[in-house]
Amino acid sequence: MQLIIESLFNSVAIGSVLLIAALGLAIVFGLMGVINLAHGELMMVGAYSTYVIQLIFKLPILKPFYDIYVLVAIVVAFIVSGVVGILLERTVIRRLYGSPLETLLATWGVSLILQQFVRSVPLAYATGFVVTIFISLLFSTFTPKKLFQGSRGKLIKAGALSTSAVAGVLTAGLLASLVSKLSRASARNVDVTAPAWMRGGIDLFGMTFPKTRLLIIFITIISVIAVSFFLNKSVWGVRIRAVTQNREMSECLGISTENVDLITFGIGSGLAGIAGVAVSLLGSVGPNVGVNYIVGCFMVVVLGGVGNLLGTVIASFSIGLLTDIIGSGRLLTIWPNMPHQLASTVDFFSTTSMARVMVFALIVAFLQYRPAGLFPQKGRMMES
Amino acid sequence: MNNSHTLKGRLSLFIWIVIIAALVSAPSILPVFRLNLLGRYLSLAIVALGVDLIWGFTGLLSLGQGIFFALGGYCAAMYLQLNSSGDFPNGIPEFFGLYGVNKLPFFWEPFHSSLFTIIAIWLIPAAVAALLGFLVFRNRIKGVYFSILTQAALLVFFNFFNGQQKLINGTNGLKTDVTFLFGQLVGSESVQRWFFWVTALLVIFAWCFSKWVVRGLFGNVLIGIRDDEPRIRFTGYNPTLFKTIIFAIAGGLAGISGALYTVQSGIVSPQFMTVPFSIEMVIWVAVGGRGTLLGAIIGAVCINYAKSLISEALPASWMFIQGGLFILVVTALPEGVLGWIQGNGPRNLLSRLGISRYSTTYPKVEIDQTQEIEL
Amino acid sequence: MTKLLLELKGVTVKFGGFKALDDLNLSLRPGELRAVIGPNGAGKTTFLDVITGKVKPNKGDVYFKGKSLLNQREHRIARLGIGRKFQSPRIFEKLSVFDNLALAVAWPKKPIPLLLESTKRTETDQINHLMSIINLQAKANVIAGSLSHGQKQWLEISMLVGQKPDLLLVDEPVAGLTDEETDLTADLLKSLAGENTVLVIDHDMDFIKRLNSPVSVLHQGHVLCEGDMQTIQNDPRVIEVYLGQPEENIL
Repeated sequence: MQLIIESLFNSVAIGSVLLIAALGLAIVFGLMGVINLAHGELMMVGAYSTYVIQLIFKLPILKPFYDIYVLVAIVVAFIVSGVVGILLERTVIRRLYGSPLETLLATWGVSLILQQFVRSVPLAYATGFVVTIFISLLFSTFTPKKLFQGSRGKLIKAGALSTSAVAGVLTAGLLASLVSKLSRASARNVDVTAPAWMRGGIDLFGMTFPKTRLLIIFITIISVIAVSFFLNKSVWGVRIRAVTQNREMSECLGISTENVDLITFGIGSGLAGIAGVAVSLLGSVGPNVGVNYIVGCFMVVVLGGVGNLLGTVIASFSIGLLTDIIGSGRLLTIWPNMPHQLASTVDFFSTTSMARVMVFALIVAFLQYRPAGLFPQKGRMMES
Repeated sequence: MNNSHTLKGRLSLFIWIVIIAALVSAPSILPVFRLNLLGRYLSLAIVALGVDLIWGFTGLLSLGQGIFFALGGYCAAMYLQLNSSGDFPNGIPEFFGLYGVNKLPFFWEPFHSSLFTIIAIWLIPAAVAALLGFLVFRNRIKGVYFSILTQAALLVFFNFFNGQQKLINGTNGLKTDVTFLFGQLVGSESVQRWFFWVTALLVIFAWCFSKWVVRGLFGNVLIGIRDDEPRIRFTGYNPTLFKTIIFAIAGGLAGISGALYTVQSGIVSPQFMTVPFSIEMVIWVAVGGRGTLLGAIIGAVCINYAKSLISEALPASWMFIQGGLFILVVTALPEGVLGWIQGNGPRNLLSRLGISRYSTTYPKVEIDQTQEIEL
Repeated sequence: MTKLLLELKGVTVKFGGFKALDDLNLSLRPGELRAVIGPNGAGKTTFLDVITGKVKPNKGDVYFKGKSLLNQREHRIARLGIGRKFQSPRIFEKLSVFDNLALAVAWPKKPIPLLLESTKRTETDQINHLMSIINLQAKANVIAGSLSHGQKQWLEISMLVGQKPDLLLVDEPVAGLTDEETDLTADLLKSLAGENTVLVIDHDMDFIKRLNSPVSVLHQGHVLCEGDMQTIQNDPRVIEVYLGQPEENIL
């Protein structure tokens, strides 16, 4: 009994990290047909945001609120990764809709740049940069269009831009002077420490469940519910699904496909940011943190079937379950007297990396039966 | 039309003259260190040719060519290790002693033979590619799904090789520079110089072979698969078979490339199977010009040479430049440099800048007097 | 009774809950020219998809020269002698006119022979002949993508002929063509019948009339009626399908 609960918990824990990481990817891939190889780096951005927030909350003024920094980090990471994602969509991806292989290559380029960016730019300046973009985005979204059109339009535009630039520079300078850790560039990994209430575990059924894992599971559940609610119930959700199904027709109906693209990609990227928070709680944060997750995320999406949220959920947890069963060699504990040959095979695969080998092999084998994943899209226009 | 054909012909003839002149003069001009680098990058040109065959011609973007590259490298390294481990305990390579292995794993045995190794270097990668390709293509998994699956396969192989100390020295890889070939140290200057020539010859051979593959109807079927696979099927061709064959060919080329790279860089390790390296191969071809075989060679050599020069001068900047290259080549230069030159790109640019008096408007279509119907 | 070339027996295709084909029965004699018409959504394209193996029917069977096509893959069916022209012209745009035809004509269509041999002399003659029929000799080395729409349609039809199929399935060959081109296409198809069996799908009534052949009307996935153009045009059920309910409803 204990064994089953422990195994289940571990699989859910592994699966929920995969799920939260793959969720944004599934949206961007499934709804927009964009292969975003920079998704891992957007997670990295989220993880670094957590780190920065944590350091900010260590400042004397905010010290009393240190305990809730993780919650703030979730919101901030969502916004920061979303902003970076929107910038990416505006500059690169917009030109590449309809050719997924091209998006794959271009986003790989973006991921290289982002990795090097966090290596060679001090985090304080990076933060300032993000603040600049964020504020100028706010200006361009919330200022009435008319203001930009008149004779003074250019002036107002320039004013908005310089305001956001000044805000960015101020943030950067302030951060750099207040937090010395953020003022220098470093390629080394950094560590996010959880506040006291999140350390340790909860004892139940004679076992200890780590609190960070529980929190990640909780974040994942909330995110999945929020996403499915957003896609199925909100106005924007309907618009997004409409554009996915028929871009031209949606345009004719007065849906701004540009905004839909922007919002879809922004939300997908923001979810990567939340995943980044989760990842930062599990281990140290470095420029390569995203690379470790990206292939796994894609396997989840492919296994689950493209454009299917339920498939993504089920796929994540099945991969989690398989990884746990194979990686821990649990079969040996359940069935100690298995034939020697089999036992040595099970033993051979019972390390984290070999479990990965086995799981990937099983997924490829599964795709032999169901090439389109667990929940394939149906319809006449599928092929062409 | 004929006109532009001869123009293309002249261009590639000119490039070839430059390449051969460079190859012949390189050993006397370049210092040994640079010559060795050039030799390595030339061997990468062979894997790039394979990438061009499957991606440029057939439209299959494989992100897993590192598998076949590394397999070729491991074949060569295993032979060299066995060839020079007579003095070690049990007569097996030294590293086995570290893990308490005193019997050679069975799959090492055939690599005592040099003939077997020479065949294995391309046949094993080709066979693995054929199997992997067949399983994927049979189910009509294509486009990005193919790319993702090859990337996953790459990770599988990486994890496997990385974790198996007792079989192939795990993450440390196999060294070749301290081994012996024909009684000489592989890392020595004279052997390296010799490898340079072998590589140069094999690049030319690989180019001829690839050219032969895409020259006729077979090549046209590949292009047909790239542009409209269902149509090829309804014309009576079996795309699965063609794709499997071309993927195997690309795998074989990758194996040869990996072996040559290994003996010139002195080591083969699971690092050959990392995700970034395999994607980099694609960018060499993309920059050089996909669908132009010469472009693949030029792209591989030039980008790698630029990489080594730039990372020596400004270590941090290479990642930015490489990232920028990916974005640039996809958004602004989809035909690659060679494709751009062949497609009248320079002249268009000049006329757009107002430097050249020639202006081209639309692609030239010959006026045909006999044509009765005009739309 | 002459042997049937193609026979569809009770073919049903479902997409989700929607029946694209519903108990469809249709047969073709060798050498016949047959037109198939029907309103949008009548299942015309699905009908071709079933014959060429792109869609597997949920029920029913398809026989070609007495053999079932059900478990054959597309390229096998093509090699058995069924050629298909798609609705919008689908040619290989990056290849020259000659190369397009060479792909259609080449035989055997297996990788190794194709790798070792180039286009044979007899095949070159055949390609030249095909180009002369469609009046494209002068453009043999022109990239097919630069042809006009009409020329593309014809190139695709001639590629079809080059495959030497026993049965030609032609989906909307005159969409987007001028009247003159439409007439020429009709003549071309008529000249192909007899030696080959031709099945034409189209909306264009003038074109169908010009083909002067038996017509099958598809409606909601099954054959509504068959006969020559005159009979079809006067059939009340056909009028109802195309024009909606007759007078009494309007009244």
